[in-house]
Amino acid sequence: MLDLLRRLFAGTAPSASAAKERLRLVLMTDHLALAPEIVEAMKRDLVDVISRHVEVDREKIEVTFERQDRAVAMLANIPILSVNRPSPPDRSLPPPVRPRRKRGRRRAANAPVPAEPAPAT
Amino acid sequence: MHVLRQPQDPTQEATHGVTGETTKLGRAIVVTSGKGGVGKTTTTANLGTALAQRGARVALIDADIGLRNLDIVLGLENRIRYHVLDVLEETATIDDALIPDKHSETLFLLAAAQAREKDEVDTEKMRALVATLRERFDYVIIDSPAGIEKGFKNAVAGAEEAIVVCTPEVSAVRDVDRIVGLLGNRFRPQLIINRVRPQLVKKGKMLSVEDVNAFLRLPLLGVIADEPQIIVTTNRGEPLALQREGATANAYHAIAARIAGENVPAPTVELKKPSLLEKMGTMLRGGR
Repeated sequence: MLDLLRRLFAGTAPSASAAKERLRLVLMTDHLALAPEIVEAMKRDLVDVISRHVEVDREKIEVTFERQDRAVAMLANIPILSVNRPSPPDRSLPPPVRPRRKRGRRRAANAPVPAEPAPAT
Repeated sequence: MHVLRQPQDPTQEATHGVTGETTKLGRAIVVTSGKGGVGKTTTTANLGTALAQRGARVALIDADIGLRNLDIVLGLENRIRYHVLDVLEETATIDDALIPDKHSETLFLLAAAQAREKDEVDTEKMRALVATLRERFDYVIIDSPAGIEKGFKNAVAGAEEAIVVCTPEVSAVRDVDRIVGLLGNRFRPQLIINRVRPQLVKKGKMLSVEDVNAFLRLPLLGVIADEPQIIVTTNRGEPLALQREGATANAYHAIAARIAGENVPAPTVELKKPSLLEKMGTMLRGGR
């Protein structure tokens, strides 16, 4: 209680909390960087899910991690080759895709897709 | 990642277990941290002193080749004739190079080479040297250099246990986390948190012992306060652990007892209310 009052009067958050938060993020990124097999597994699973809906270029997938304000973000760059689905639910969609449309899709897909912030552990 | 930190298979502890006096090897413990300036050398000197004060035979090896410092902390800098590389290169015997401590009869120092480089140390020879010393001493404590390169690898080469020293800072905790990952599960690392300032912890201005170990999750060997007396004793070359009383000296003795296998609680730092007399003393000295 006394501490709380003190904090209120001090006006700023105690720096130990800032240190804790920074440490949490820095260790998370360190551990991810040190565990390439986990990153590879995530990449594989991600591609499997996305491939259910669109055809992607498995060779050119890039997964990176970036520290953002209060979380570590996973950025996945997954080039889409075509929107041909292995078993499209909508059969009225024509299988060959017009080049113009394909380019547009591809550009959008190349933009980094911020994943959900990783939950705090 | 945390799989790396599980305690070692207990069957491998037989080397310093109950195997009869004649064949019993001493324990080889490396003191390391990753980051520099967290107090590895001071910790090594004090733990060596505290263990020797208990009657154990202790050899300290300064593995910080090129940046010799352990001799200074122990006050032995004028007594060094040969160093660890002389022994490894067989230009001196172990007995030539082991410098008896001034204060503790059973404490000896093997100094680092000052005008040489870490890369000149042969890792296998270092391992053999530690093995030889383990036949003669109860404890061989190796003071590791900062970093994770060859100097660190040489320092851990002959060790079978590790003490990691950390301060309550983001950078130090991160480096210990990395070091522990590198050590793997062979060394059963134990943690000493050094330079804690309880006043600051209470005000929320410093990471607490619990904060630090929430990240590291290591067995806590002890906590040492940021004690001005350490600076004074280092200036004089007389480790604080030579003193029989005082909170920090006692903390070193408690850590030594724990290393020796005694069931004493890990020392911690407590916020002590200064008495009126102490407050006046602080004011007279110009405050702190």
